[in-house]
Amino acid sequence: MTDEIGDTGGHLSDDRPLLQVEGVTLQYRTREHRVTATYRVSFDIERGDRFVLLGPSGCGKSTLLKSIAGFMKPAEGRISLDGLPVVRPGPDRMMVFQEFDQLLPWKTVRQNVTYPMRCNGVSAAEADARAVDILEKVHLSKFVDAYPHALSGGMKQRVAIARAMAMRPKVLLMDEPYAALDALTRRRMQEELLELWQNVGFTLIFVTHSIEEAVLIGNRVLVLSPHPGQVRAELDAGGFDAASQTTPEFQALCRRIHAMLFDPECHEGAVPKETAA
Amino acid sequence: MNTPQVSTGFGRVQSLAGTRRRPDRVHAVLPPVTIGPIEERLPLWRLIWDLAVVRRIVVILLIAIVWESYARWLDNPLSLPTLTETLQTLGSDILNGRIPQRLAVTLRILLVGYGLGLLMAAVFTTLAVSTRFGTDLLSTLTAMFNPMPAIALLPLALLWFGLGTPSLVFVIVHSVLWSIALNTHAGFLSVSETQRMAGQTFGLRGLRFVIGILVPAAFPAILSGLKIGWAFAWRTLIAAELVFGVSAGQGGLGWYIFENRNLLDTAGVFAGLITVMIVGLFVEGVVFAAIERSTVRRWGMQRSQ
Repeated sequence: MTDEIGDTGGHLSDDRPLLQVEGVTLQYRTREHRVTATYRVSFDIERGDRFVLLGPSGCGKSTLLKSIAGFMKPAEGRISLDGLPVVRPGPDRMMVFQEFDQLLPWKTVRQNVTYPMRCNGVSAAEADARAVDILEKVHLSKFVDAYPHALSGGMKQRVAIARAMAMRPKVLLMDEPYAALDALTRRRMQEELLELWQNVGFTLIFVTHSIEEAVLIGNRVLVLSPHPGQVRAELDAGGFDAASQTTPEFQALCRRIHAMLFDPECHEGAVPKETAA
Repeated sequence: MNTPQVSTGFGRVQSLAGTRRRPDRVHAVLPPVTIGPIEERLPLWRLIWDLAVVRRIVVILLIAIVWESYARWLDNPLSLPTLTETLQTLGSDILNGRIPQRLAVTLRILLVGYGLGLLMAAVFTTLAVSTRFGTDLLSTLTAMFNPMPAIALLPLALLWFGLGTPSLVFVIVHSVLWSIALNTHAGFLSVSETQRMAGQTFGLRGLRFVIGILVPAAFPAILSGLKIGWAFAWRTLIAAELVFGVSAGQGGLGWYIFENRNLLDTAGVFAGLITVMIVGLFVEGVVFAAIERSTVRRWGMQRSQ
């Protein structure tokens, strides 16, 4: 799709997308099978994007995110960040997981946030200043010295987000971070994430199976079909906020995505993928 | 869809298969102060009885009463001296330095053996987490040696190292090593995938990953390995000293017990046994409990009783 070779000689690094996923096929082995999770998936992510990977379970969206994080090598295709191929996990792609146990229970909230920075050569004073700043932004200033076991699920996820953000990664990866939260908390967290994006400005890749969440969070939504995951569509979803969830535009987009995913009659944009590439 | 539906808004369907429409009920909620105290302080005796120490002391007092009265009734100091007599011997032997000196000998050997065992366990488990052959090596060796009572190796130790401290240390290392290595390795394996992946995204690899993520995450298991190892080592050492007797004029606590038996000083035997118990309790109840409180309990990785 996109040709990575610069069309403008001078400002190559600025014009090039931040993250490129080109024809990525992912396979993993179970005890008896080799399972293809995604098949020749391609997309580009630009700086400042809130890019959502959306699909039903089994579409390989989490696997795709893990391979962007560097936990998994593609069987085919390539993933590059800032023009460099992704080979292993690293602090330029911090990840927020769905599970609450992603925090280190032996460290306080503050230490959880500073630890990855300290591992990567940020000075103690600098790490502490960044931690205080980001914890205030996620409304956890009162809990800096608490241990994770004393926090609620939503608070743990906020710490995980703060920990990732404080590293100032090139891209922040979030793997269904709100799936295990109750509905009310989830809503608050979604709004807070958008607020944080407004205030701080970062590039986000967000995995979800909720269409509403995808449309609310993302400015781009990549719709994946299941078994194996293939790109069904890449849609623009910018301009929605928490207040616009009841608008006809928001609901129309949700319905359109729903039809793409679940309605066998829907042929919108459906090109027989087998012939591609 | 053609299933019956309750429509929303004003044109609501009257009832759906037998549910009766009832009027809404809205209540005023009382402010909390008018309801009375929501949090009440528990009575003092309840708070005291909740202290494990208090309950333990009561148990010990009961045992002491039973012992004293039975020994008085039996009136045979050669087979069962009274508690008071035993405590007198214990007190005087502590004051005249016999017990402290013997204890020091025992503890020194114990610490050397325990430290050496710990070090070897660290090497084995590091090997086991980093290579598959290391895993196989550790599991095979553990399967072979863990069921073997350390004391059974004592004859062999005597042949190899002769009569003296090295033999005792060898036996202790054997009794400590496998339980610590086994528990630590099991602990490493049970560290959640999420925590591992989190550590990797921080850029941690190799030994930094083991020390930064695996060891603290597996600390509850490691600590229980340390406790089991300590218990094995303590028992093994006392038993070995009993069998072994004295070496180079330096007997340990086991030798103290054996010596008093030879002198038919039963109160002295009991004094030695009580010392063994007290040291065991002290390490379990004070040393390990303090470590637990400041680590796994504090981190919420283990619940408190």
